[in-house]
Amino acid sequence: MMHLPILPILLPFIGAVVLMFPFFNERPVAQRQITLITLLLTLVASGWLLHDSLLFGPLPYALGDWRPPFGILLLADPLAAMMLVLTAVLAISVSLYAAAGDDQSGRFFHPLFLFQLLGINGAFLTADVFNLFVFFEILLIASYSLLIHGGGRQRTQAALHYVLYNLIGSAFFLIALAILYRVFGTLNLPDMAAKVGDLPSDILPLARAGGLLLLVVFGIKAALLPMHFWLPNTYAATSVPVAALFAIMTKVGVYSMWRFHTAVFGDDAGELSLLGMNWLWPMAILTIVVGSFGVLASRSLRWLAANIIAVSVGTLLLTVAMADVKATAAGVYYTVHSTLLSAALFLLAGLIQAQRGQAGDRFVRARPLLQPRLLGILFAVIAMALVGLPPFSGFIGKVFIMQAAAESGYIWRVWPAILISGLVTLIALSRAGTTLFWRTQGLPSENDNKVAHSSQIVGVSILALSAPLLVVFAGPLTDWSMLASEWLHQGVQLRDLSVGSK
Amino acid sequence: MELIYAIAVGVMVTCSVFLLLRGHTFTIVLGLTLLSYAVNLFLFASGGLSLNSAAILSDGGKYADPLPQALVLTAIVIGFAMTAFALILAIRARADLGNDQVDGKAIPGDVLGDKSVSADKRANS
Repeated sequence: MMHLPILPILLPFIGAVVLMFPFFNERPVAQRQITLITLLLTLVASGWLLHDSLLFGPLPYALGDWRPPFGILLLADPLAAMMLVLTAVLAISVSLYAAAGDDQSGRFFHPLFLFQLLGINGAFLTADVFNLFVFFEILLIASYSLLIHGGGRQRTQAALHYVLYNLIGSAFFLIALAILYRVFGTLNLPDMAAKVGDLPSDILPLARAGGLLLLVVFGIKAALLPMHFWLPNTYAATSVPVAALFAIMTKVGVYSMWRFHTAVFGDDAGELSLLGMNWLWPMAILTIVVGSFGVLASRSLRWLAANIIAVSVGTLLLTVAMADVKATAAGVYYTVHSTLLSAALFLLAGLIQAQRGQAGDRFVRARPLLQPRLLGILFAVIAMALVGLPPFSGFIGKVFIMQAAAESGYIWRVWPAILISGLVTLIALSRAGTTLFWRTQGLPSENDNKVAHSSQIVGVSILALSAPLLVVFAGPLTDWSMLASEWLHQGVQLRDLSVGSK
Repeated sequence: MELIYAIAVGVMVTCSVFLLLRGHTFTIVLGLTLLSYAVNLFLFASGGLSLNSAAILSDGGKYADPLPQALVLTAIVIGFAMTAFALILAIRARADLGNDQVDGKAIPGDVLGDKSVSADKRANS
């Protein structure tokens, strides 16, 4: 299968194009089936890619068989493949949830969903900076439309901020690209990594400017302080499945930092080594601090979930700032955990919201839930995992990060931030759970169609099950994370790749 | 030539930043358009500016770097689509929120962005 690396991009694309045919306009069931089949195929392709890349090392794919560094190169290394599998699992659960009716609140939900997936997968796979920009724009324009899907005042306003902000971010990206192309003479990431050590010293300030500008651009995507203001509003305003899918979006920013700042400006980069990390340290810690205040101040479950995402991004950026192999591996494991479980919290918030009548997901006394036992158990599992209590995945993820910090001598920077934010999250989530499940008055809603649809339950359960599963399979997963991190740090040599045989 | 080019890009970015900092969505969209022009010029210059050289390739002679040209072309197309989307969204926001402010809250005395102020009153002010 020499074309395997491009399948995670091609499959959603084909699915999206098929779904845009007028034939599907009035056939929601067919739309859902096509989406689900596409996603399952994408999962299979991603899993296969992960298997192959773990066994044989990174799989290159030269588009149009143009020899790198002249053509565009896709590189499916274990890190990229793990992110692909993560995205596919997330997308399947979210689309199952959306299939209960959220997808019909406007037209073209499914094509947009698949285009978004195409953009995300492309951003993970590409090894070319300009190509990364293009995939960023694809995932952004799909996300703009998904964000206002269903319409409404609040969504329009949130979308306005998000869109204008990201357009300015794109302009920054292009400026950074132009500078870097001038400096390196190439846009191919492995090629840049090979050249970064021998840059003439008079051009270094320019390279530094380009690299730091890119840090700003990825910081906007990752919601790094002070560029995080779009996040809570956007996530709380959009529809539930879209917010859950957006849980992977901040991770795209973090991933790009790994690809760029860890891999290109790594230990071998001479003067430019660890570029921008002295900025990232304080900003990451402040992101956690501000996120924790947001967690405490949240008045509804979806705001709470959005702020928990901000905290988890801050935690991930700490691992980026540590910049050694073990820290990156810990970051990879934590990415998998926090993406799946914060998405689960969003979906669960949607189920709870539907059953509490006017009160929605706000933390006020309201009528009891229709299915308190089922939703309560799900909430307990997800909350314990997000806080980082044993025996669930958050515990292992945080211990992994703290161990890495201890080994590289950053205990005083990392441990307080992680432990205190964990405590704050624990307080906020237990307060939330108490209010939502126990502080009730009156009778449950009589309206039977508010009962969670079985496909919604399956969607949430897949995500919630990842909490114990990530613990049971923590052994192989941490091994894969280590391997992914080693490949990222070591990089690939272009001449070793068997591409462009012409 | 580099100096004039750089000044042109700088002036455009300055104007666009000024426009971007306004509170009205329409001026922001104008600012974004200007910014994307400036960025495209900047991107084009990244291959180096040269006079009297072949557009793509020539036998042994000087030739312009073709890659930035391809990049600019892509950036123009993407920027165009994004600006169109932002414009439609701004119109939609004007309809949904009732005014032209980015935050959706009308500022008292601001006749330009207020839907409730009639057109002739606006012309008088």
